[in-house]
Amino acid sequence: MTTEAATIGLTHGGSEDTGLGHRGPESKSIVVPYGFWLFVLSDMILFSALFATYATLVHATAGGPTTNQLFDRNLVAIETVALLLSSFTCGLAMIAAKRKNMVWTQGWLLVTGLLGAVFLFIELYEFAMMIGEGAGPQRSAFLSSFFTLVGCHGAHVTAGLLWIGTMMAQIWAKGFKDHILRRLLCLSVFWHALDIIWVAIFTIVYLIGTLP
Amino acid sequence: MLGKLGWDAIPFHDPIPLITSLVVMVAMAGIAIWVWRKGWWPYVWNQYITSTDHKKIGIMYIVLGLLMLVRGFADAIMMRLQQSMAIGASQGYLPPEHYNQIFSAHGTIMIFFVAMPLVIGFMNFVVPLQLGVRDVAFPTMNNVSFWLTASGALLINLSLFLGEFARTGWLAFPPLSEKEFSPGVGVDYYLVALQISGVGTVLTAVNFVTTILKIRAPGMSYLRMPVFCWTSLAANLLILAAFPVLTVTLGLLMLDRYLDFHFFTNDGGGNSMLYMNLIWVWGHPEVYILILPAFGIYSEVAATFSGKPLFGYRSMVFATLAICIISFCVWLHHFFTMGAGADVNAIFGIASMIIAIPTGVKIFNWLFTMYGGRVRFSVPMHYLIGFMLTFVIGGLTGVLLAIPPVDFIVHNSLFLIAHFHQVIIGGVVFAIMAAYTYWFPKAFGFTLHEGLGKAIFWCWFIGFHLAFMPLYVLGFWGATRRMQHIPDATWEPWLNVALLGAVIIGIGVVLTVVQLWYSIKTRDQRLDVTGDPWDGRTLEWLTLSPPPHYNFAVLPDVHGEEAYWTRKQTAIKLEQLIKEPDYQPIEMPIDTPTGVICAFFASVCGFAIIWHIWWLAILGLIGAFAVFVWYAWQDEHEHIIPVEEVRKNARERRRIRMEHLHTLSQST
Repeated sequence: MTTEAATIGLTHGGSEDTGLGHRGPESKSIVVPYGFWLFVLSDMILFSALFATYATLVHATAGGPTTNQLFDRNLVAIETVALLLSSFTCGLAMIAAKRKNMVWTQGWLLVTGLLGAVFLFIELYEFAMMIGEGAGPQRSAFLSSFFTLVGCHGAHVTAGLLWIGTMMAQIWAKGFKDHILRRLLCLSVFWHALDIIWVAIFTIVYLIGTLP
Repeated sequence: MLGKLGWDAIPFHDPIPLITSLVVMVAMAGIAIWVWRKGWWPYVWNQYITSTDHKKIGIMYIVLGLLMLVRGFADAIMMRLQQSMAIGASQGYLPPEHYNQIFSAHGTIMIFFVAMPLVIGFMNFVVPLQLGVRDVAFPTMNNVSFWLTASGALLINLSLFLGEFARTGWLAFPPLSEKEFSPGVGVDYYLVALQISGVGTVLTAVNFVTTILKIRAPGMSYLRMPVFCWTSLAANLLILAAFPVLTVTLGLLMLDRYLDFHFFTNDGGGNSMLYMNLIWVWGHPEVYILILPAFGIYSEVAATFSGKPLFGYRSMVFATLAICIISFCVWLHHFFTMGAGADVNAIFGIASMIIAIPTGVKIFNWLFTMYGGRVRFSVPMHYLIGFMLTFVIGGLTGVLLAIPPVDFIVHNSLFLIAHFHQVIIGGVVFAIMAAYTYWFPKAFGFTLHEGLGKAIFWCWFIGFHLAFMPLYVLGFWGATRRMQHIPDATWEPWLNVALLGAVIIGIGVVLTVVQLWYSIKTRDQRLDVTGDPWDGRTLEWLTLSPPPHYNFAVLPDVHGEEAYWTRKQTAIKLEQLIKEPDYQPIEMPIDTPTGVICAFFASVCGFAIIWHIWWLAILGLIGAFAVFVWYAWQDEHEHIIPVEEVRKNARERRRIRMEHLHTLSQST
């Protein structure tokens, strides 16, 4: 089996492990991120249902404002830059954590959290503006689906901020233990996934919505 | 302060729910006091409630499912009684608003709190044993999943005593379920309970997909896994992909009801057909989430009791995965009458019929497994044969329903009701009863009484056909579902036959309790000393009954399909066991009250949301987050079982197996 696997290139690094679990239970460092990946995938499906809802209802404005009248590309551009940058700094935090550098890990995590907070602040500002103009989620089915899709992403970012705070406290109190590092890896997977979803929201909601 | 909650929430004017809930509360308090007087609380707390052992969690799921089965069955018999009474001039004993709650509760409870916990319970108990490992990938999360499911069940049943349940059917279609038409708390009970238990179900799926793909005994490659593991994998992949959609759908309806959004309302551009599409994108895979593990159970039963390897193992795996994928492409057949047009309806109709092909492959595989085998007609085999007879008819009526023009005629009629009860009772419930009989000795160390088991089977089999065959006839005559009053007196004989069938099933349910009590009382006559009472073929029969916490002292080394059968035959031939391995200390997860505390806060938060008690909802959320952080702060999540204990237990098992081997070789 193993030689066969080696000839078709299933193994890597000279290891006999095919990665398919033939050799018994995998170690925690594989199992935990794998399970978390599955959770993230189910989260993606959650968002796909929200995207489908948005696509169905985007023209159901009930005589109210349309996408073109509401969205401000400049504001969203700043928001996007903040979130994409935070993904980059999250990656830097992971590199620092791998080197068990307390100061840089905490520093980059803090920057990540702050950029996330900037993103969230702009989003809430946009929401408040729209509600102030009478374009709240109760106005039309389109606005209901807009606020739910974007708001659900925002709720995920909020949860991510809570998680970042908790992880900073844990690293501070417990140092770079194996299980802490595994959690940090899951956090970064979560944070990058939020970025991917944001790119889809940016394209489908804001870019297409502001086409002339 | 207490939101919508007041004294008027208690149904003083309505004797049926009031007396029922009082009896249930007295019974629960009685059991709690009895357990306390016997001094069993520490045992229950340590061995079950806080346990991270997949076997104990599985047993808790099954107990929950069986209890809820009694509740759901009580609803069923009330409906049958009403329909037999309320014919012509009579209005029966249930007013419409009460009857509507009963059929809604029946469907919701039977799917979410009977079928799901039972199926997940058997997966919990069996899958790690069959894979030859010690636990699932995330044992603590497993406990949390169970308690979240239990929290949902608690809220659903609370609606009997406080407030009301939904009157909107088991899927709460809008616009009826919108605030405008259902202003009470009934729909909120439904939504919140399903959201909480849904989180538990998704976590279960994460757990089991990870377990099956990453945690297996050495040598247990994919195509050596027992079919039950394959079907569990497929079911959990379906959960992972379908349940988030349910979460979204119910979430959107909650936003409509709580915050005046306009997803499914009649005004503001809302679109209620969007709800139908979304809910059935979840709902159709859900059918397969239930039936695929059932197919796995039948596969185990067929091979074991025919004394033969499963016929067409690979085609079985292939058929399972085919069903898994196609089940996502058929949701529209639940509402052909939406008017999507002939082309769309044709595509979905054909896709629905295609599912019958892999299912047919499975039926033939079970038949060919029996063919030429030494078939032992024990109780699980009865269920297998009963299933094949019943399910084929149910499948054929399903193919009928998949033809759009036919569907336009029998849509929402009793024909549909008969069809899906035929596949769910004939498919899932029979499998659950087979699994209950089959794996009971593994869980408790003694078998169930065989004669009573057969009596229960005949009650279910005869009762089912009497209860549902008349509904096909009535459906063709135009009887729609969910009728509180029957206008046409000529339907009466058929409805009475259906009632008789329900009563016979009821006798079966009572006999199940009797069987359990009698089997416990006379367990000394049917002890399972060897751990292999059925001459099994898969790894769960390798260890003792009940297995030690860690299942296997040393993870079995798997060579070929039917891991245990091969090993057993080699041992019989050589008249000796494999060489004693070098035992090691075993690291096992520690028990934790995280799950039950989490579920406590989830229940509090859910209850507060249902009754609009906002401060309590926020308190519940903070509590849940605090538990989470507290758990994450713990450093010790494992404890070590010393090698001496492992060695002592393992030697005891080897001694028993050697004795068994001697008796076997003398008999041949």
